Amino acid sequence: MAYLELHNISKTFGGAGAVVDFDLAVERGEFVSFLGPSGCGKTTTLRMIAGFELPTAGKVTLDGQDLTTKAPNQRNVGMVFQSYALFPNMTVGKNVGFGLKVRGRPKDEIEGRVKEMLELIKMSHLEKRYPYQLSGGQQQRVALARALAIQPHVLLLDEPLSALDAKIRLELRAEIRRIQRELQITTVYVTHDQEEALSISDRVVVMNAGRIEQVGQPFEIYNFPRTEFVAGFVGTLNQLRVKVVDAASGRVAFGEQSFLTGGPLEAGNGAPVLAMLRPEELHFGVAPSENQLTGKVESVNFLGSVVRIQLSVGPAKITLDALNERRLNLPRVGDIQTFSFPPHAVWVMPAA
Amino acid sequence: MRRRRFWPWFWLALGAIYFFVPLLATGEFSLRAQRDTLSLLAYQRVLQDNQFISSFLFSLRMAVLTILFGLLLIVPTAYWVHLRLPRWRPLVELLTLLPFVIPVIVLVFGLIRTYSSPPFRMTTTPVTTDILLVGGYMVISLPYLYRSVDVGLRAMDVRSLTEAAQSLGANWVTILFRVIMPNLRTAVLTGALLTLAIVIGELTLAQYLARPAFGPYMALLGQNRAYEPAALAIMSFGMTWAAMGMVYFLTRGQQAQIGGGH
Amino acid sequence: MIGAFQSAQGEFTLQHIADLSQRFILEAYRNSIQVSLITAVVGGLFGFLLAYAVTIGGLPVLVRAMVITFAGVASNFAGVPLAFAFISTLGRTGVLTALLKSGGVNLYSQGFSLYTFAGLSLTYLYFQFPLMILIMAPALDGLKREWREASENLGATGLQYWRHVAMPILLPSMLGTMVLLFGNAFGAYATAYALTGGTLDLVTILIGAQIRGNVLYDPGLGFALAIGMIVIMSFSIGLYSWLQRRSERWLR
Repeated sequence: MAYLELHNISKTFGGAGAVVDFDLAVERGEFVSFLGPSGCGKTTTLRMIAGFELPTAGKVTLDGQDLTTKAPNQRNVGMVFQSYALFPNMTVGKNVGFGLKVRGRPKDEIEGRVKEMLELIKMSHLEKRYPYQLSGGQQQRVALARALAIQPHVLLLDEPLSALDAKIRLELRAEIRRIQRELQITTVYVTHDQEEALSISDRVVVMNAGRIEQVGQPFEIYNFPRTEFVAGFVGTLNQLRVKVVDAASGRVAFGEQSFLTGGPLEAGNGAPVLAMLRPEELHFGVAPSENQLTGKVESVNFLGSVVRIQLSVGPAKITLDALNERRLNLPRVGDIQTFSFPPHAVWVMPAA
Repeated sequence: MRRRRFWPWFWLALGAIYFFVPLLATGEFSLRAQRDTLSLLAYQRVLQDNQFISSFLFSLRMAVLTILFGLLLIVPTAYWVHLRLPRWRPLVELLTLLPFVIPVIVLVFGLIRTYSSPPFRMTTTPVTTDILLVGGYMVISLPYLYRSVDVGLRAMDVRSLTEAAQSLGANWVTILFRVIMPNLRTAVLTGALLTLAIVIGELTLAQYLARPAFGPYMALLGQNRAYEPAALAIMSFGMTWAAMGMVYFLTRGQQAQIGGGH
Repeated sequence: MIGAFQSAQGEFTLQHIADLSQRFILEAYRNSIQVSLITAVVGGLFGFLLAYAVTIGGLPVLVRAMVITFAGVASNFAGVPLAFAFISTLGRTGVLTALLKSGGVNLYSQGFSLYTFAGLSLTYLYFQFPLMILIMAPALDGLKREWREASENLGATGLQYWRHVAMPILLPSMLGTMVLLFGNAFGAYATAYALTGGTLDLVTILIGAQIRGNVLYDPGLGFALAIGMIVIMSFSIGLYSWLQRRSERWLR
């Protein structure tokens, strides 16, 4: 039995279903992210774990115990809010110690734990400061320490980094992961930033319109998406409308050109399907045993470590990502270029 | 989150009792002018009283003058502060709070002491005393007028509008009257309504300057008659309600207009 | 015009300040302060409860709108009409008085009178409550929902939340507003005058008497009284803005 289980959770507001039939088992010590666009129900689900919303149907169990009807202040789950929610009238130290104080722990225990937590987030020297004297990143670290101080069974984070600058976000992201690993605490993390979710999670739950689209490890989600939504939402994707030429060999036709996909296809010959292809799997030049396509360069965008090139092939536009090299000769707009990709890089989905 | 709804309703009920009982009582009282029956006699008497009409009109005139001159003084000043002297803003705001510090009665005292002896013999003729009255009213209504105008100015991008107008060749007077003022319509109206309510109900200033305003009229009536004051109170409450209702409607409830004790 | 009241600090000698310590003048100050203090505290507490009821207390939005509008009206209702209203209600021949008499309770023989300081305080509350509500409702709105959730999340009960988080945050605003209420009551004149015709011993009434030339017509005394009032009011305003600044700092 998994540590945290959500059994067929549903939540409706008015007549609308915000979360529909959400079923998930989280292992002890695992880091799971809920990923999806705004309004997909990820925050609502998180709040149901915390107890701020009651599910319309289904139940939440922690280590076998049914939490569904327990009040939020009796669940012992720690939550970190997007807006930090630090108590403005208390110092950093008092904020972190609040959870222990309301449990009636003795003073020296509280002091000891506060020191421990502040060391964990590397802010020991700021114990006497007030929240309004801290930067966003610092406040969020304090919020994290505050949630961890009570040694919760589960740690919940609701888009904690959305309000921060890009650089701080990266630093804090790594920090959160480091602390989570050190404390081995089961964590649920909500975000709409797919790069964030992919980089820190053990598993990712992709959500859309209240439902789970796919659950899996980041590599799996990215390279083997099971629905069109997941494929399009996570990372950049080339989606080509092609016609099956030979289902047995997996050949599809694209305008006047054709290429091989990874293996035999289910659709019949002549059927229209979508061929999905990640930009980084394409490269300029010709390679034996790989597919080739030719197109005209429409735009060249230098993004730093990656050069993103858009080509028009027949009626469609294809994006190609090349890794930056100092001796790279960037193609010019208007050039006719040939590029190749291995057949196994393509996967096929039925056309909508 | 489940919440016990008892206590909030309880406090509300208590509050409602406290606030409505006097109103109901006054209303009931005002209907008893005729023995043993409920009638609008008291209201009739009041409305037919010449003094009522004249004092009401007098106060109305004073209110209009106060509003006009007040706006003439405040709008350009507030505009200038917003545009050119933002650092002075706290100071100006403090100044506008001053009338709160000086209670009306003290203001009256000061006015009379200063202006009734040489070189300003202003309390001798009606006209000059009226000027004094309007001046006093302006001071009293200053906080409310300024606050309304300030809020209105903040809601519009004063700097950009001014610069746009200037680049199109307008001079200051034009800008003020054709660009700024029209956009301040709501703010001006709310300030005017508040001032109206204040001036009409004002007693202290008018009484000591011995001018026939509405406030002293009410007080006089209170000393001599029994039922008419109640009728007046109800009418006055109704008028205030109408004025505030308009304010609320104009601002869509965004600003709570705060009065105070007199 | 605006400089008019400033010149009231004209001629006075220390003699008048000493006069201030005359028995009945001290009485006046004591009375004024008492009335102001009581209406400030009672007005503050009950006004706060009402503001709480319509904001966090979760009463319907319509109710809140009505209360706020009414508060706006009621806070402007002071002065002569208010006095009339209360006389009609609780005066010697007032409606409520008569009602209670027919029910067997004779208010005035029990020692109650509207025309005392107690009656005045009761009347003052009519504009003190609304003032408190109008100022505290936005302050209560400012209590972010997440603070409550965070405290619950950390294991606190509702009571603990109020004691450790909400009250400390609100206290500066509450106290500041009560100070405002104090100043408001202290400077009130018209209501007191209309209620009793100038017989109550309040500082404001005394100043009025000086102007009219009753009894002790002594302009210097008037000045001194005025100065005394200004001092007290300035002190209140100062206290109020200090408290305001403190609460703003936290509620950013």
